[in-house]
Order: sequence, then C-alpha cells, then structure tokens
Amino acid sequence: MTRAAQKPATFQDLILRLQQFWSARGCLIQQPYDVEVGAGTMHPETFLRVLGPEPHRVAYVQPSRRPADGRYGDNPNRLYKHTQLQVILKPSPADSQELYLQSLEAIGIPLREHDLRFEEDNWESPTLGAWGIGWQVLLDGLEITQFTYFQQCGGLDLDPVSVELTYGLERIAAFLQGVESVYDLRWSADRSYREVRWAEEQQFSAYSFDLASPERTRQQFNLAEAEARTLLDGYDARPEMERPRFPVLAAYDLCLKCSHLFNLLDSRGVISVTERAELIGRVRQLACRVAADYAEQIRFRAGASA
Amino acid sequence: MSPRSKPRPRRAAHRPASAATRPADHAEFLLELGCEEIPADMIPRACEELKASLEKHLAAAALSDGAVVEAFGGPRRLAAVIRNLPLKQQDVVREVTGPSKAAAYDAQGLPTQAAAGFAAGKGVRVEDLFVVKLPKGEFAAARQLTRGRPTAEVLREIAPRSLAEIAWPKTMRWPAPGNPRFIRPVRWLVALFAGRVVPFEFAGVRSGSHTQGHRFLGRRSIPVTNSADYQSRLRRNFVLVNPTERRQKIQKELEALAAAHALRVHADEALLDKVSYLNEFPAVIPGGFDPSFLELPQEILITVMRDHQKYFAVETPGRELAPHFLAVINSDRDRRGQMRAGHERVLRARFADARFFWAADQVKCRLADNVPKLAAVTYETRLGSYAQKIDRMRGVARALALDLVPALSQAEQFTPRGVPLDRVSIELNLDVVDRAALLSKCDLVTEMVHEFPELQGIVGGLYARAQGESEEVAVAIYDHYRPAGLEDALPRNLTGCVVALADKLDALAGCFAVGKIPSGSSDPFALRRAAAGVVRILVERRLPLSVLRAVEAATAMLAVHNSRIARPAGLEARVAEFVADRARFYFQERRGYAADEVKAAMAPGWDDLADLADRVEALRRIRVTENFPPLAAAFKRIRNILEKSAAEEAIPEAPDPARFAAEEERALHAAAEAAVADVARLKPARKYQQALERIAALRPVVDRFFDKVMVMAEDRAVRANRLALLRNLLLEFSVIADFSEIVTAVTAPKKT
Repeated sequence: MTRAAQKPATFQDLILRLQQFWSARGCLIQQPYDVEVGAGTMHPETFLRVLGPEPHRVAYVQPSRRPADGRYGDNPNRLYKHTQLQVILKPSPADSQELYLQSLEAIGIPLREHDLRFEEDNWESPTLGAWGIGWQVLLDGLEITQFTYFQQCGGLDLDPVSVELTYGLERIAAFLQGVESVYDLRWSADRSYREVRWAEEQQFSAYSFDLASPERTRQQFNLAEAEARTLLDGYDARPEMERPRFPVLAAYDLCLKCSHLFNLLDSRGVISVTERAELIGRVRQLACRVAADYAEQIRFRAGASA
Repeated sequence: MSPRSKPRPRRAAHRPASAATRPADHAEFLLELGCEEIPADMIPRACEELKASLEKHLAAAALSDGAVVEAFGGPRRLAAVIRNLPLKQQDVVREVTGPSKAAAYDAQGLPTQAAAGFAAGKGVRVEDLFVVKLPKGEFAAARQLTRGRPTAEVLREIAPRSLAEIAWPKTMRWPAPGNPRFIRPVRWLVALFAGRVVPFEFAGVRSGSHTQGHRFLGRRSIPVTNSADYQSRLRRNFVLVNPTERRQKIQKELEALAAAHALRVHADEALLDKVSYLNEFPAVIPGGFDPSFLELPQEILITVMRDHQKYFAVETPGRELAPHFLAVINSDRDRRGQMRAGHERVLRARFADARFFWAADQVKCRLADNVPKLAAVTYETRLGSYAQKIDRMRGVARALALDLVPALSQAEQFTPRGVPLDRVSIELNLDVVDRAALLSKCDLVTEMVHEFPELQGIVGGLYARAQGESEEVAVAIYDHYRPAGLEDALPRNLTGCVVALADKLDALAGCFAVGKIPSGSSDPFALRRAAAGVVRILVERRLPLSVLRAVEAATAMLAVHNSRIARPAGLEARVAEFVADRARFYFQERRGYAADEVKAAMAPGWDDLADLADRVEALRRIRVTENFPPLAAAFKRIRNILEKSAAEEAIPEAPDPARFAAEEERALHAAAEAAVADVARLKPARKYQQALERIAALRPVVDRFFDKVMVMAEDRAVRANRLALLRNLLLEFSVIADFSEIVTAVTAPKKT
C-alpha cells in the first residue's frame, strides 16, 4: 500500500484530490449532470455508458437531490441535496478494490491506522431497472462509499460488468475535518458548508415538504412522461438508418425529470401506496425503453465503424 | 556467518510431529479460495456445503475411507483441508458379462466374432474371456481392471466441482475468463496435495501455492506448503483462518475490557457470530458516549449499537446500560487512537439522530393521531392497508377477549398443582384490549420506526407510555410482535397476549384466504412463525381458547372489512390444521415430547392447546409406569381386531351383559364400567394423570380377557357382543389420548 498523503483541508480540496487520483488512472473527468438526479448513477455517464461493450472510465461529482431526506437544514447529518463523487470502471479491473483503497490513502487516510471493512450491501434502483452487488465501505464504523458491481441497468444484463464507486463526500469530509455537523465543514479556505449551502437546504426542504403543488407537480410528471413516450414511440417508428441520430438522450432527460418529480410527490406525502408502485413502474418503463434504444444505437455505431 | 556452516535442528523440529506416524502412502489436501469480501452471514453455511460436496465426491471416487474433511472460512477466503487421503485410488476389478455362451463360442468351443468384439470393447484379450452362469443362462464374461488414478488427478476434478456446488443465496458476474458466477469475484486459489500444486481453474483463476495476508497488515503473496504452515503463516500476516479462534479472541477481549471497568458485556451471541465472520483479524476496542444519551430508552440505544454499528453494549452489574461500548475492529490494535475516535464520532451522530427522531415524533403528534395515516401503508395488496388490518385486529381481539373472560375465571381451578400460573394478571378489560389493538401499528409511520424498522412495536410501546397511555396498553403494544421465535419471550400481560394473537391470527387467516400459503422454504409473511407464536401463547400462558373459534373470529373479520376477500371453502379448517401442525412441531422440538406421545394426545382433539399440553404431559408420565406399555399394546390389538372385522360384523351399539359367555369378559365389562365412571369424573377436572392411572389399572383384567377369551368366537352373536365390548373400551378410554398410537416394545399375545 502506498504512503498516505496529507489530508485535504477543505471540501473542494477533497474533490480535487479524488479527481486528480482518478484522472491519473485513466478516467475521463466529467461534469455533474444538469438535470436533477437522486444519485450519480442516473448521470448518463453511468446509466448509458455502462451499456454495450465499449470500455469506459469516468469520474465526476454529482450533487444528488433526495427531497424526502431534507431536514430544513436542522439536522447535522441529513441533507436534501448531498454530493457524490462517482467513478465508473468498465470493465471492472481485477484490482478494483486495491485502486479504491489507494484512493483513500490519496485523500490522507492511512489505512493501517483505521478500521476498514467491506460489508454486504447490494444496490437496487427500481425506477431505473438497475441493480448491482457489492458492499458499503465502513471506515471506523462510518459508511463512506457504496462499492457496486453493476449487474443490470435499464433491465439489460451488463456485459462487461462495470464497477461503480460512489463516495459520500460530505461524510468523508466531516471525517477528515473532524467536525460533527456537515454545516461546519470548511468548503474552501474562507467559506463554510453552511455559508455555501444552508439556505438551499432550508428552502428546498420547505418547498418539497410543504409548498410544492401536488396537482402541478403531477401535471409536470405527466407532461414529461408524455414527451418521453412520444420520442420513444418516434424512435420505434423510424427506419433503422435514421435511428442512430435520433434523440434518445432527450428522452432520457425527460425520464430523469419524471424520477425527480416522483420523488417530490413522495416527499409531499400525496402518493398512495398503489399509486406509488404505479408511478415507479411508469418511470422504469421509460428507463428500460431508453436503455434498449441506446444499446441499439451503440450497436449501430459499432457496425458503422467496423 | 554462513547459515550452512551450522546444523539447523530447529528446522527439522518444525516438521509436523504427525509426519513420522502417518503412513507414507497418505497425504493432505489443502484448498483455499481467495475472494473479495463474502457476506458474513453466508460464510458458515458455505463452509458446510463445501465440506459436504468434497465428502460426496471423495466417496464417489472411492477416496473417502479414512479421509477427514474440514472446511472453514472468513470474509476473504474459504478453505478446506482433507487429511489422510491415499496417494492413489485402489485398482478395481470388475466382472462384465457379454454375449450369451451360444453366441460367443461356436460348436468347436472357439470364440466367435461376437466374442472378439466384446473382448476388444472391454480391452481384454479374447482368450481371457470366461463363461459365467446366470439365472438367465450362460454368458461370456470379462474381468476388467480399472487402474486407480493418482489422487492429485482426481482432486483436479473434485475441487472445482465442489466449489461450484456451493449454493449461494445470490450470485454475481464479473469480467473474467469463462464468465463465472460466484458470491463475489474470486481472486486467488491455493490447491496443494502432498505439498504440490493441484492445477485447475475455477472462476477464471488458476490454482497455485500462494495465499494473501490481511489487507493492510499482512503480505500480499505468501507461499504455503501444507495446512499447518498455511495457518501459522497467515496468523503471522494477521489473518486468523479459524472462525472459532476469532470468536474466542473476541469473547476474551470483550470480557477483559468490560471487567476492567467493573462492567459486563450485554450478552449477544448472534452479534458475536456475526463479527467473528466480518473480520479477518478481530480485536476489541473500548469507546464511550455522552451519558446524557442514556435518557433515551435502552432498547433504542442497544439497537443502534448492535444493528447499525455492530457494537456490544455494556452494562453495570445491576443491568443498567453504561455509557460505554465495545467495538470489534478488523486490525491488531488501534495504533493512534484514531479508530476509537472514529467509532465514537459515528455513534454520537447516530444517537443524536435517534434523539432527533424521538423529539420530532413527540412534537408531531400522538400515537392515536397516526391511525388515519395507516390507510396509506399497505399490509398486503389484497388484504389492504394497516388501517384495515387494525380494524380486523380489533374485532378479533374483542372476540378472543369475550371468550377468554368467562373461560379464565372457570379455568383457574384446573391449573394443575405445582405448575405456577404463568400470567401477570387474569383480568381482561375489553376497552383496554381495544385501545391496545387500535394503537398497536401506529408506530409504523413514526420517524423512529422509519429509521429503525426492527424496533416496531417497541417504539409504539415506549411512545404510548411517554404519552400517558396506561401501563397495560403500553406493555401490550410493546410486546405484541412476540414471540419472534421458539426462544423469544412471550407478551408479558394478558392484553398483550390477546393483541398478539389477534395480529397473528389475522395474518394467518388473511394470507391463507388470498393464497399466500407457505410452501417449502418460502414463507414471506412468516406464517409459520405466526402460528408457532399462537401455539406458544396459548400453551405457555395457559389460555383456554378454542383454536377453531379463534380462527373463525379472524376469518369472519376478513369479510366484515373487505368484502372483496373471498373465503374459500374449508379455509378455517386449513388454518387451524396449520396451527395444529406447528403445535406438533412445538411439542416435539421445543418441549421434547416423543412423536408418538404427541400423536396419541392429539388424536382425541387439539382444539384447546393448553388442555393438549396437560394431556400430553400426563401421557409422558404414565407411559413409564409398569402397567402402561402392556395396556397400550392391548389397545393397539383391539384397534387391529376392530379394523379387520369392521366390514363383516354388525357390531351392536353396546354390549349386552346377558350375552357374555365367559367370566373374563364379564369382569372386563364390570371393571370398564367402573373405570369409565371414574374417568368421566376426572377428565372434566383435568386430572388427566389420575384418569390415565385409573385406565392403566385395568391392565390385569384386560390381560386375563385376552388370555382366556376368543374374541372371534364361532357364534356370531357372541362375537359381535365381544367386539362391542372392545369397541366401547377403545372409545371410552381414548378421550384423553389414543393409547394405540403409543409405540411399545411389548408385543401382545398372538391369539385372537
């Protein structure tokens, strides 16, 4: 194991350090996706790129919105929006775990001095038709990363299997900086997490728990879904030669919007149990259709370049 | 100083002591599969399966004689050692028959084409064929020699097959040659027989002779030659491969650390098992937390420590929770105190969360205000929401309580002497029962249960108490999921018993009605556990309820609150049978009654399980007495006689004393009449043992009857009369238990 580096002093240093580490290991450093998502997995760099046979390595930060987890900025550990650093290694190399552990040393965690464990935790997203097998990584009892061998995405078996590393950046930063509340984190040399994000937590919690209009949110859901369906039906109707350039990516954005709007309705507490299952099913249907079409586009591209 | 210039006696002494005594034609096989972290719960089972598979294949290869297989494992490895394996299989000579003699040899006795073909096919010379005599005739035969293969060659096939046969609950794929599936990616393999590599490939990995140590403390590549140095080298590299050793190390350190603070560990065997499979080199470190958290209920603190952090709670000698915990780390020691600081920090955040949830739940609303919210929580698609389930449970609880109140006041006198009344109270207030049933599921929509689902019920009970509900109600809510298994505690008060029964009976009736019936290992609604809970509460709390009536109360509520739930014919009987089946299991497995005792006692009925418990106990006591086994044998004989003659004979309702021909049958009739009268008096008073003793005392009369009287007499009327006597005897005396079910060593005299 390599010597552990100095601890990054700030939240942004932590991000830079991890990006540097993964960049040096052949990862494309991508930007966060500009549609609301609940997890880094939903970024097209993961959801779509794990499909098909082409190797891919990517790392990016993804602010992830989970309306139901908001606490009006009152809880020191729970957030409406937390920050993930997501790494995809496709295909998963034989030394995935080693690489991951080296990344911890790179952010100043000397592993010999800590209690580190991989504990079973399989990941599943019913809205994306995706699941994987893996662990949560516990560092001195703190869950810092979700480590997943991606098995299925959009209902499709993945071949090759990718490994997905999802670092919980707030938790890791709080660990490194030794603070009890996420709001006390140093974001930069002169700004705290509170200064950067507190207002956002307060306001979006209030919106998603109390103020979002259930009717209009439902309408938005229906509109986004209808638009996505129209696109996907359009894809099916096209002759093969017109399909590679067809905007399946736009359909995926709309699917992500549905997913977020569903989360919003859920946190608003206006979804009955039956409706809940039904809405999840509708989003999954979009996700699976997008995945199938995108996988076909990959095959077309491979055929064209061959 | 050259190492060669000195003799090295220590090296020689290092060789395993048994090497000298072990026959040289036997050797040891060491197998290790190195894997990314295997889920802790699955390791013990996987080891058992690996052992069983190896044993099976060794037996099939005729290598199991004297071989001893051992399998063990940890988070990153599964290992097996087979000791005392022969170096090669035995040669086997097998006789195979071929064409008939007539086809194989011509008139001159010379071998034909058929004989030559057969010999060639079996790889023997035609002149070595011989003739065997079989029942079907004479045939040409060959003696075929199968040379034993070297064991190493056989192991090459057996080892990968055995690894592949481990049945994991869920497997995964990863990029590797051959697209393997396993519990987690396989990273290395060690396979050594007699110190040499047994080459094979499994899950895309080739076997070799190098293992790996602890991730951070050990070396990456460690050569090994046999199981002894495998274990010792790994120990030096901070891996304890033997789970028992890991468990003992943890236990010792837990106790020592607790004792150092004059405290004791909150015993938790399941947690101890779990952590001994979560760590390759476990050590225990102490930690503390702010005593102000002790204001939170102990149940919540312990759940956070045990279920979420896998820490052991620590308590004072007076069983009060202490503001300390013990964490098991995957390392030799906490070099700079970082681990302790980290674990303490995490626990602090978890406890702060719990305090936050507690406060939020209290501020938000009272438990009763949650009832309407339960309409949005599904219990089961067709059985509706928890709001509907609560409605049903209230109805069932009321019906049970209405049956119980009079029955209990009556039942007091039946409690056998010497058996303590295992009940906190015998008073049952219908309003209290209803309140407890109404609030029983209200904690499902609290933040606390959302966060700690395993605390359902307990949280409800704690909140009920904090919100001023009566103690009877609070305890009943707290306990109503009990018992969670054969070992779990029962609800402490009678209200809790009734609510727990209502909950379980509703689950049974509802799931059976919509076809969610357990089959094989699939029992998603834990109905077996529910039925076992019903049995334990009725029996161990001695509640004189009718199982069938209780089930009927539950199925009746299905219709009241959801007319869409169809009630298939025979539903009640099927649910009751299911409960009876659990009762059978309970009396045998948990209470240790013999299968025939349970069967005999259940034969006259099992609707009142507390009563059944008394009868089976009386039966166990009587069966060891001198008169009983011969009497049981006689009853069995009576049943056989009656079964054989049932079809032909017209047996009258009752025997006619005037038709008795022999003194012995008159005597038996008189003795039986007297005994029947006594039993009729003793049985309603539940003096089952006395009743059984009274019946057993008939033995001499019964014996004399069978000695002297021919039941199947020539005279048709005499015969029918005797059969009537016996049939009534059997009927009258099977009301407590059917003796004829009891297996006895005594065989009755043959004459009939």
